[in-house]
This record gives sequence, C-alpha cells and structure tokens, in this order.
Amino acid sequence: MTKEKDNLLQEVTGSDYKYGFVTNVETDVIGKGLSEDVIRLISSKKEEPEWLLEFRLKAYRHWLTMKMPQWAQLTIPEINYQDIIYYAAPKQEEKKNWDEVDPELKATFDKLGIPLNEQKTLAGVAVDAVMDSISVKTTFKEALAERGVIFCSFSEAVKNHPDLVKKYLGSVVPYNDNFFAALNSAVFSDGSFVYIPKGVRCPMELSTYFRINAAKTGQFERTLIVAEDDAYVSYLEGCTAPQRDENQLHAAIVEIVVEKNAEVKYSTVQNWYPGDKQGKGGIYNFVTKRGICRGENARLIWAQVETGSAITWKYPSTILKGDGSVSEFYSVAVTNNHQQADTGTKMIHIGNNTRSRIVSKGISAGHSSNSYRGKVKVVKNCQNARNYSQCDSLLLGDKCGAHTFPYLEIENPTAQVEHEATTSKIGEDQIFYCNQRGISTEDAVGLIIKGYAGDVINKMPMEFAVEAQKLLQISLEGSVG
Amino acid sequence: MLDIDKINNDFAALFEQGREMLREGQAKIIDEKREQAFRQFRTLGGIPGKTEDYLYTNLLPVLSKDYNVVFKYIPQDVNLHDVFQCTVPELATDPVLTVNGWYFAGNKKLDLPDGVVICSLREAALKYPEMVEKHYNRYATAAEKDGFIALNTAFAQDGLFIYIPDGVVLERPVQIVNLLRAKADLMAFQRNLIIVGRDAQVTLLVCDHTLSHDSFFMNTVTEIYLDDNAHFDYCQVQNQHLSASQINSVFVSEHRDTSCDANIVTLYGGMVRNNFYVALNEEGGCCNLNGLYILDKKQHVDNFSYIDHIAPRCTSNEHFKGVMDDTSLANFAGCIRVRPDAQKTEAYQANNNLLLTDTARVNTKPLLIIDADDVKCSHGATVGQIDEEAMFYLRSRGISVAEAKMMMMFGFAHDIIRHIKLQPLRDKIDALVESRLRGEFSKCHHCALQCRK
Amino acid sequence: MENTMLKIKDLHAVVDGKEILKGINLEVKPGEIHAIMGPNGAGKSTLSAVLTGKERFQVTQGEIEFRGKNLLGMPAEDRAREGIFLSFQYPVEIPGVSTVNFLKTAVNEHRKYKGLPPYPAGDFLKMIREKMQLVGIDNKLLNRSLNEGFSGGEKKRNEIFQMAVLEPLLAILDETDSGLDIDALRTVAQGVNKLKTPDNAVIVITHYQRLLDYIVPDIVHVLYDGRIVKTAGKELVAELEKYGYDWIKEEIKSKDNGHA
Repeated sequence: MTKEKDNLLQEVTGSDYKYGFVTNVETDVIGKGLSEDVIRLISSKKEEPEWLLEFRLKAYRHWLTMKMPQWAQLTIPEINYQDIIYYAAPKQEEKKNWDEVDPELKATFDKLGIPLNEQKTLAGVAVDAVMDSISVKTTFKEALAERGVIFCSFSEAVKNHPDLVKKYLGSVVPYNDNFFAALNSAVFSDGSFVYIPKGVRCPMELSTYFRINAAKTGQFERTLIVAEDDAYVSYLEGCTAPQRDENQLHAAIVEIVVEKNAEVKYSTVQNWYPGDKQGKGGIYNFVTKRGICRGENARLIWAQVETGSAITWKYPSTILKGDGSVSEFYSVAVTNNHQQADTGTKMIHIGNNTRSRIVSKGISAGHSSNSYRGKVKVVKNCQNARNYSQCDSLLLGDKCGAHTFPYLEIENPTAQVEHEATTSKIGEDQIFYCNQRGISTEDAVGLIIKGYAGDVINKMPMEFAVEAQKLLQISLEGSVG
Repeated sequence: MLDIDKINNDFAALFEQGREMLREGQAKIIDEKREQAFRQFRTLGGIPGKTEDYLYTNLLPVLSKDYNVVFKYIPQDVNLHDVFQCTVPELATDPVLTVNGWYFAGNKKLDLPDGVVICSLREAALKYPEMVEKHYNRYATAAEKDGFIALNTAFAQDGLFIYIPDGVVLERPVQIVNLLRAKADLMAFQRNLIIVGRDAQVTLLVCDHTLSHDSFFMNTVTEIYLDDNAHFDYCQVQNQHLSASQINSVFVSEHRDTSCDANIVTLYGGMVRNNFYVALNEEGGCCNLNGLYILDKKQHVDNFSYIDHIAPRCTSNEHFKGVMDDTSLANFAGCIRVRPDAQKTEAYQANNNLLLTDTARVNTKPLLIIDADDVKCSHGATVGQIDEEAMFYLRSRGISVAEAKMMMMFGFAHDIIRHIKLQPLRDKIDALVESRLRGEFSKCHHCALQCRK
Repeated sequence: MENTMLKIKDLHAVVDGKEILKGINLEVKPGEIHAIMGPNGAGKSTLSAVLTGKERFQVTQGEIEFRGKNLLGMPAEDRAREGIFLSFQYPVEIPGVSTVNFLKTAVNEHRKYKGLPPYPAGDFLKMIREKMQLVGIDNKLLNRSLNEGFSGGEKKRNEIFQMAVLEPLLAILDETDSGLDIDALRTVAQGVNKLKTPDNAVIVITHYQRLLDYIVPDIVHVLYDGRIVKTAGKELVAELEKYGYDWIKEEIKSKDNGHA
C-alpha cells in the first residue's frame, strides 16, 4: 500500500484533469429554465406520487423568496437560474442487466475506473453510478437485499419504498433550509438511497459515483441514508465532470439518519472539474450535507478529500441529539489555480455527553482561496459536551489565501470546547533536509503534503485512500517550484 | 415599523435638527467629515443589524431606550477633580478628565515637556488645523462597514487631542478619566485623536467611570497615529455601572518599528462593545493586545478586534480571557488579516473563557484571513471549566474548594494583567480583579458614586 | 495509646470501573520510612491518590485510618490539613498563581484548621526564606507562577520546598525521582532527610533503587497487581535491583498455583 502511494508521485507527474472527456450518449433533456411547469414535468417524467410533487412545489415557491447566501469568503459570479438545464437523462430503455446498458455509458465508467461490472469490481464495494441526473446502474443489489440492506437509486426508492422515503425525506435538511437546499428540493432528479435495518452491519462498502456529462446542465442529486439501531454502513461518493468552458451548477443534498448505537461513515472524494489554469469553467459545488445522530451512542463520521470544483460551498454537519453520540469530521481541501473553497462543518451538541472532533487540513496553491468555516454549538441544556477542533492551513505560493472562520457558541458551563488553528508553508529547512537525503524538491513537497494530510487520508476506506492520495498530487501539479 | 428602522430614522432626524448646533464653533475639517459620515451611515443602512461583525450582539435593548442628547458642553456644578480621584497607590500620572464626551473645562494645567499638547479636540482643530486635517478620520475608516463609527464621525463634537512631538518621551503616564455624569439618561459621543511622533514614547491610562445613576450610551472613537519608532502603551479599565453602555472603538495606525501594547480590562458596565483595529502599515511594527472581561448579572461584553498586517515583518499577539457568571454574555471576535505582501508576519491570537453558571453564555469567533505564504499564524479558543487536576493539587495542600476556585480564577485573570507594565497599576488592577472575583465592591475607593445598582 | 500513624486495612479501589487496588494492608508508625516498590501498573500511584482523596478513585472496600481518624469520606483539603502531604509525580502548572501567594494561602488554611490566626506577613516571608535555604531553591521561584515553565528538577524541588513549609506528619513521595538527573536527585533527597524527625513518617513510592540510596527506608514493600506481596527490610531493595520484579511474579504464580 505504502509503496503504491509512493509510486503515485511519479505516475502523476505532468498530468492534468484526466476525467475531462465527454460521453456521446443520447440524452433526454428538459429545456433550459425553471418554472412550476418544469418541476411538474420532472415529476411526471419520473412518475412520482402526488406528495412528492407537492414537496417539490413547496420548495420551489419558498426558493423564489430566497436570496443566494452572501456570507462566504467566495466571489460567486451572477448565476442565471433560467439558463440552466434542470433535467438531463441518458436515454436508455429499462435495462434488465449490465450487458444491455449502453456501451458508451459502460465505456465512460470504465474510463473513470469505476467498476460497474460485478465480476470486475473491487471486492466488497457496491456501486451506484449516476450520470447527469439519472442513476445508471447499481451493483450488488441482490447480494445486499439478502441482508435486508436497501441500496438503490433515489427514483427506485420512491417507487419501491415510498413509506421510507416519505418518512425521512427532508427530515434532516428541510426544504427551506437554505437557498441551494430549496433549489435541490424543487428539482432534484436522482441520487442514492441507503437503508440499513436494525442490527445489520452492511457487508460491503457502498459507493455512488456522480458524473455530470451533458452541457449546460445542473446536477441536483439527493442522497438519503438511514441506519437503524445497531446498524453500520460505510458509504463513499465520488464525482467527476467533463472539461467545459462554461460553469456548471451542482447543488446536492445528503441526509443521514443514525439511530441508537448505529454508525455511519460517509466518505467523499470530490473531484468535479475545477476549471482550467486561468479559472475558466468548472463546477459550482453548492452542497448541503447533514446528518443527525438521533439515538443514544450513535456515531457519524465524515471524511472528505476535496480537490475539484471551481467554487465549493459545503459544510457537512452533524446534529448530536442522542445522549453519548459522537461525530467526527476529517477533511482535506485542496485549491489550486483560481479555485475557491469555503468549506467546513457544523457540530450541534444537543444530547448529554456528546463528543465531536474536527480535523481540517487546507492546502492552497496558485491564485486560489481556501477557507475553513466551522461552527460548534453547545445548547443550553446539553451537559458535558466535548469538542476539539484543529484546522491547519498550508500555503504553497504567495498568491493564494488561507482563511479560518470558526464560530464557537457555548451555552452550557460543563462544555469543553477547544479550537486550534495554524497557518504555515512548507519550511525551507524541511525541503533542505529531504534534499540532503537525496530527495528532489518536488518529491519532498509530495512527501510533506502526504504527511500533512495523512490524518485525514487514513480515515478514508482503504480502497479509496490510494485514489485520494493520487488526487491530491494531481491537484497540486505544477504548484511548487 | 421595525425597531431598527425607527432607531435609524431617529438618528436621521436628530442629525437634521442638530446640524446647526453640531457645527457651532467647530472647525471646518470636522464638519466636512461630519456630512460625509452621515451619508455613509445611511448608505450602510444605519446601525449594524445581524452583520457578520455584530452576529451575536443584540443592540436593541440598549438602543431602544430614550436617551437625551446634548449638543453643547454643559458646565458641571462641582469640580470633578474633587468628586473623582483615582487612587492607584504610588502611581504618579498626568490626569485629564472628560465629562460626557467633552473635555472638562476645569482640567488642571499640566507640567509637560515642550511641544507636548494635551487639549480638547475642538480647540486643536482650530489651533492646529493642518495636523488635525492630516490625521482626523483617516484611521477610523478601517471600520468602513460599521455604522457606529460613521455615526460617531457625524455627531462627535469634542474629545481629547494629544500630541507628542518627535523624540519626546513622557515619563509619567497620561491618565484619561472619562466620566459620565448627568441628570437624565444620556447618549453622547466622544472623539479622541492621539499623535505620537517619531521616536516618541507615551503611556496612556484610560479609566471609564460613571458618576450618576442614569442610563448612558457612549459612542467613543479614538484614533491613534504612531510615527516611526514610536512606542505606545495603552491600558483601559472599564468600571461603570450596569446601565452604562458603550461602544468604544480604538484605531491604531502603526508605522516602521513601532510598538503598541494595549490592555483592556472590563470589570463593570452594561453592554460594552470594544472594537480594536490595528493597522501595521510598515515593516517592524509590533502589537500586543490583551483583554480581560469579568462578567456577572446581565452584563454583555463584546470584544472585537481586527489586526491588519499590511506590511511584511510585523508581529502581533492577541490574548483575551473572560470569566462569565450569572446570566452574562460574552462575545469575542478577533480577526488576523495578512495582506498578500505581508510576508514574514507572525501573528498569534487566543481567547479563553470560563463559564461559571448554566445561564452564562459565550460566543467566540477567532478568524484568520491569510493571503501571504511565508507567515506564522495561529489562533486558539477554548471554553471550559476550572482544571480538575489543578484543583486537586491545591486542595491536597490544604486549600479549601472555594479558595482553590478563587485562586484558579485569579490565576486565569492574572495571566492577562501581568502584561501591564506599570507595576503600581498592575498591582491595583490585580487587587480590583480579585475583589471583583470575590464579589466584593470593586470600584476605586474614592469614587463618589456609591453604586446601588 | 496506639502508636500507629497510618493504618490501611484491606483497601480496594476502582478507577473508571476497573479495580486497581485489591486488598492493601499497611501500617506506618511515626519516625519510619517506608518504600513501596513495584512494576509499572501495580497500583502505586493509585494508592497515593486514594490516600490523598482524589475523587476519581473510588474506594469500594476497606479502611484507612490516620492518627485514629477515618480518612474515607474526608475531603482532600482536610486530609492535607491533618498532615498528609503528597509530592506529586507530575506537579500541576497553574499559570497566574504565584508560588508565594499559593503557599501563603495554604499555610494560613492549615493554621485556620488548627484554630490559629494567619501568619504575620513578615514572619511568613522569614519562614519561607529559611525553608528555601533548607531545600536549596532559588529565590526567583517565589514570584513565578506555580510550576509554570519549571524544569523537571525545579518542579520536584518545589514539591519538597512545599513539604518543608507545610511540615506534614506523613509525606508521600510519588515517583519523586522520575525525570531527575543525579544532582537534582541528591538535592531532593537531602531536603527530605533534613525534614525527617522522629515524629513524622515518609512513604517513598518508586520504581527504582536510586532514590532509596539517598533516602534509606526502614521497611520495603512490593506492590504487585493491587496487593502488597512482599514486605522486608532495606536489603530487599538491592535484591529487586539485581533480579528485577520477575522473580516475585514467579513466586506469586507458584503460590497461586499451590492454592489452586
């Protein structure tokens, strides 16, 4: 494993964004623009029940009254919401098995290195692949079903498990939560649904790959994960998009419900197209992710490696409601060239003896701007809450920025909350030490960054740690020298 | 109508009605800025609502009161020097009094080195127009988004002017005593301008006191200019009654190889908001900013700071600590800003809080905005309780729980007070803080006001 | 009247739900120096914490009597005022509290407990100076924050200095030798020896022999797995140094097997 990681340094030298191809599949598209009619059309194309349409319309009507959030350390160009395609689906008839899936699509996911063919797949990983707005293929469904685990596209879940969807949809992120959440609630097209019944340890990693393909398209997926009492699941999402000159909008919602003694581990490798070296193009990644530790001793672990997107606005958060519940947040966010990121987490302590831990590592290079924004709140009647946050920033180059915005709101005297942050660059003495041992400057930087991000990378599932490592390297290509 | 709109409209009306009085006997330079500032106030939408910088500050309870406003100096019926005597033992100072934001007419003549000027801002603007023009409202613009600063510039009529010429070192500290004394609830503005010349040195001790029971709302802006290699010591002790609210904004403009050491101790007061802006404009500047707040009852204290590293090779250290009892609320927001060219910056910031009751609250927001890479910056914030291990250590030496707790709190506070350079002052503040922590009466003994509130 | 100062009977204690002391019996008389030795994790530091009243440690069974008084249930500060002193293995740093102020408070609390008025300020400083000389510590230490930024040696010397000031009847030295170089070790030991009288007693808790070369014990106990498994004279120290603790473990095992 270590050796493999080391080799990556060499392997990636000189590479650019390597996922930037376009797939030629026929696409079913609803024309640009947003209105109640468009929402009705999306809903009818998806043959949705009435209550879901109502949910969408309620969200849409509320969204019309809202303004885009202004508080982030981001410069977001004006977005014309009428110039976006809200529904694009790769045209494919109902396919019964993998062999019938459009070969172009298959090729796409092969090129991405995402195993949709169960024979070829990594052992122990089930995959749901979402292209533009539609789930293309979910693997290992049957194997999982044996244990009572539901892992399917969101649309299927609406059809096959409407009660579960109805019960949990919007229960963690209400339709009116924020501007982008309201937009998603109005127009979301697909995503993944995970349900782990009481007492079940999900036997494999679950994973969703998101791919934006069609031009001028926004992607609005929705993920819902429910872990009943004593259940366990590790879930991973990854994402890529073609290189396009225009900016594309991605506004997703992730909702996670963790019941008593259950544990959910949610890992993200975010690699949307970041734009070119001059800052042209790239994905606007405006995402609302939130989980609730509802029951006692519930655990929710977030681990993310963020290297993509032109602009990132996202704060995976946990509401620690159950007594003794625990949440951890591990993040590496890399920005290079003209990327902007304003990302972090929120830990809301409500239950007694709840604990949270935040480890955030920002790396900025080029002309980028990288901000950590995190909130730790301990409400009035929450006894013995503990939080520790560490937020470090590493600057590579003198044209980039690294910012830290923690908010600590404490209303109970038994809380112990500690926040620490440092900002530094790679020391010349560190580089020299490596040089003296025969390591080139570039390799030295790679090594140091690996060490710097190690705390977070180690929290990723084994299968994805390598990929995460590779991504870090690619994202920082040419930023040192 | 929303309360905040009503308040803003009241200010607008007040400005229009008071314009003539505000201008009376005033130098042109101050009036010009006045008009600009009021336009700015309106552009900003008035006093800050739930803006990022005032996120946790509810201003309405304080601003909804009906205050009287007086746009001229009201002579006092007593000699304030007799009513108020600060008794920091063994501390010889040059005292200057202000009352309700105005330079006190009965200030004694001080024995100062040649060229040193200490007078009212009003007088200075007429007598030394060039100097005032060069500096007045140049540094307060750092808070261009804060409506209160614009409001001060629009309404301020007087305050202190201090000028220390190049190379002059003042041996004795200048003690500014800001007194509030009225016969009705009062809102007032005060504007101070302090210019410290090249290689000059001065220590300022600022004491805020109340001499009557009325509710007060003070809006004070102090601009401080430090020329190359100037050394400036600033110590402010806020000890007012619980209906005295203030927005106290200090702007320091530092130049090459200057130092600014500031300590702000808040012991008593209603809603107190301290804004501390430091601009490190040239290489070699250094700023040490320390603050202590000890709150109980319904007190609400905000400490806001913005340390702007504009030039390379400057250092800043910031440390604020607070103890919150009863239903008090403390907010801390500190921002370290490192501009793109400010390489080799060293900037540290820390905020530690002790919450003593279920109903006390604290919000802390230590920010870093870093746009240069070769820097050493860090910050930390904690909210917690008295350390159990340390408590056991003290108790194992025979010290009672109550006394051990007191020692721990005092040690916590002394960590800030120890930065005060003047020993008699440090000892006095130590004593004040200790009796404050013990819940004993902590005002200076000679304060004429026997606080009942 | 019985001459025993400290009497521990069948003492059991748990910390965080785990039983650490599993039936300790120990008696200490005035004038005696006891050494309690044992491998890491035997429960040595737990014993000192239980004796001095640390709340995290719960006594589940047994008795502790100090000069005829029941210690269990007595708060830590009262045990100190009764004359029990612990030299901490890791003395706590307390920023902002000066050593002199701390000592003055401690001394006066002791006096209050005995019904005496506070120490007159001048006399207090005089006494402090004498004690400083006695244990050989620097004057500058007085005005520094308690233990803050002290070196390992300074911290341990400060503990002995406090012991000199508070004049306890029973001093427990918990791993006082850890982290000390040979010179510091000697100074600390000399301090302890100077403070020794026929009326007071010392319990030295240590892993190694070296401190016991300077503070010579009358009685040596080996603590293992929460029990005192061997008690002998000072010659035991040399044996332990030579053969380590393993032979004792073996001895216990064979004994246990014999019982089984």
